[in-house]
Amino acid sequence: MGNLFKIAVRNLFRYKRRTLLTVSLIAIGVIFVLGYISISGSFKNMIISQITGSMIGDLQVHRKGYVASIENLPLNMNLKPQAVKKLESILSQQSEVEAYSPRIKFGGMFSTFVETTNIRLNGVYPEKEFKAVPLLASRITEGQKALNKGEILLPELLARGMKAKIGDMIVIVATNQDGSVNGKQFKVGGILESATGPGGRDGYVHIEDAMEVLRMGETEISEVAIRLKDFGKVEAFTEKLDGLLSGEVNKQGKPAFEVHSWQQLSPFYNIARMIDMMTIFIQVLLIAVVLISIMNVMIMAVYERIREIGTIAAIGTLPTKILSMFVMEGFCLGVIGAVIGNVIGAAIIFILNVSGWVTFDFSRQKGLVLSPTIDPMNMLVISAIVIFVSVAASLQPALKASRMEPIKALRHV
Amino acid sequence: MGLIVAENISKDYQVVATKVSKDYGGGDVVVRALRDVSFEIEPASFVSFVGPSGSGKTTLLNLIGCLDKPTEGNLTVVGTDVLKLDRHESAQFRGDNLGFIFQDFNLIPVLTVYENIEYPLIIVKNTPAGERRKRVMAVLEAVGMVDQKDKYPDQISGGQKQRVAVARALVSDPKLVLADEPTANLDSKTAYTIINLMKKMRDELKSTFIFSTHDQKIVGEAEIIYSLADGELVGKQVKGGKQNG
Repeated sequence: MGNLFKIAVRNLFRYKRRTLLTVSLIAIGVIFVLGYISISGSFKNMIISQITGSMIGDLQVHRKGYVASIENLPLNMNLKPQAVKKLESILSQQSEVEAYSPRIKFGGMFSTFVETTNIRLNGVYPEKEFKAVPLLASRITEGQKALNKGEILLPELLARGMKAKIGDMIVIVATNQDGSVNGKQFKVGGILESATGPGGRDGYVHIEDAMEVLRMGETEISEVAIRLKDFGKVEAFTEKLDGLLSGEVNKQGKPAFEVHSWQQLSPFYNIARMIDMMTIFIQVLLIAVVLISIMNVMIMAVYERIREIGTIAAIGTLPTKILSMFVMEGFCLGVIGAVIGNVIGAAIIFILNVSGWVTFDFSRQKGLVLSPTIDPMNMLVISAIVIFVSVAASLQPALKASRMEPIKALRHV
Repeated sequence: MGLIVAENISKDYQVVATKVSKDYGGGDVVVRALRDVSFEIEPASFVSFVGPSGSGKTTLLNLIGCLDKPTEGNLTVVGTDVLKLDRHESAQFRGDNLGFIFQDFNLIPVLTVYENIEYPLIIVKNTPAGERRKRVMAVLEAVGMVDQKDKYPDQISGGQKQRVAVARALVSDPKLVLADEPTANLDSKTAYTIINLMKKMRDELKSTFIFSTHDQKIVGEAEIIYSLADGELVGKQVKGGKQNG
């Protein structure tokens, strides 16, 4: 094997320019794929962490049927205190859970005493909410990064449109479950930067204030947002929690809860899937580049060395050894291309990371700085694909070489 | 691999050809390159096939070297009926029993002189490293190329290349060495040197040497000369007397 390797490497160096071109092509392909994966992956992860970390959490639990009507924010589909207690008891026993935050979601009228408009609000326990969605605090662009009783965090577009500023007094008017209307004055405590996705333009009040506006005697919860210690376990935990809650039934004997992961709640999941699809497409392109370039160079190598093949066959080299010699050349090209591509690719990703050159705007979020990273496993997978395809591409020319009749090959001019 | 040993043929002969014919082409156009050729070659002989271009010398050497198969007749090489060998067995048989010297030297350009000679021992015979080195150095010394062992083929002369080719053919200790026009690309002086080297190696190793040539001066160096014309064996000359074929 060592000798086959030595001969393969020497043969590659025999045609230095051609080998250099082929290796460069493979390396450039690998660099592009790594670059694409790192940038698109970082973009995807950044947006997902924005969505889950500042608004919806990693997963949510609602009363069965709530999500289907979520646009109406139906108060009559809130979880009753007993159900909330049961849910909190289950959640507090789960080691995977970092934090959870019960919310009352409702719609109302927002008035500055001069102008009036609609608003969607979340009544929350501030300490629980800031733990369950820790990036919420970073969205507060004006005012203190907290939520006190009697205060409201206003979405920035609404505040700008209604000319509401920090410290202003405003009124929230809402209809409760019975259909009666109630209002309460709030002080504008903070302005919230808009975010992409559901709930990105909602306001926040303290849960006790929400109960007061809605004249709620007991705490009825619209949803519970959950943050996990390990984001990678979202799907597994969603399934687990669904199983744990499936035994909880209402008076009609139907399931009382429904569990949804962020994927089911955020439209960005479809964009994330599209990014994954494009990554696969880019990998297919890389495969095509490697396949064509290796096949081309190996076909040329076989054609140019027909007499040499005849000689080694004549002196007794078995066809399988001749096959191995040419496959080894393809293998070496793949390995060299993959190694160079990985080294340069990793260096470029590192430079992009340090320099902070990659910025972009997403929806209303401007100047987001990407920190491209690449999982070593991705590098290994890309390298394995390149090497496998290199070997596969060299098989046909190698088979041709191994099947050559020595007498015909020796006669070749 | 079980090679097929020809029955009823004395193993005293290295090559036994009986009414061997070889046709090329097909359909309406068939060229008969060899016609009913019969001969025997004893071990440790120094044999030459002579004749003009197109007389069938190369075709005959290709048949003896198991690079091609006769259309008709029987051919036994080193006690083996080569007609019954398949492609894989032929390759193994060549590696085990035969050495080849080509007109154009056919050295592998990416390997040094030493590595070219070592090649059959590594790739074909899987000889252990220590044994390999001993044998390569021995043949290098025998052909007088020890000083050039680290050079590549494009760094040595034609005569030196053919010396390397002789060394490569002999390193695996073959029973039969086949050389097709080994001196065609060499000047007269070098040609004699190569033929004498081959003879010397025959004397030392007791391998049978068969070479083809159309150079009348070189022919004289052979101990047995078979003459070919238009694919037929037309004469056999043994040094010291003449026998008609």
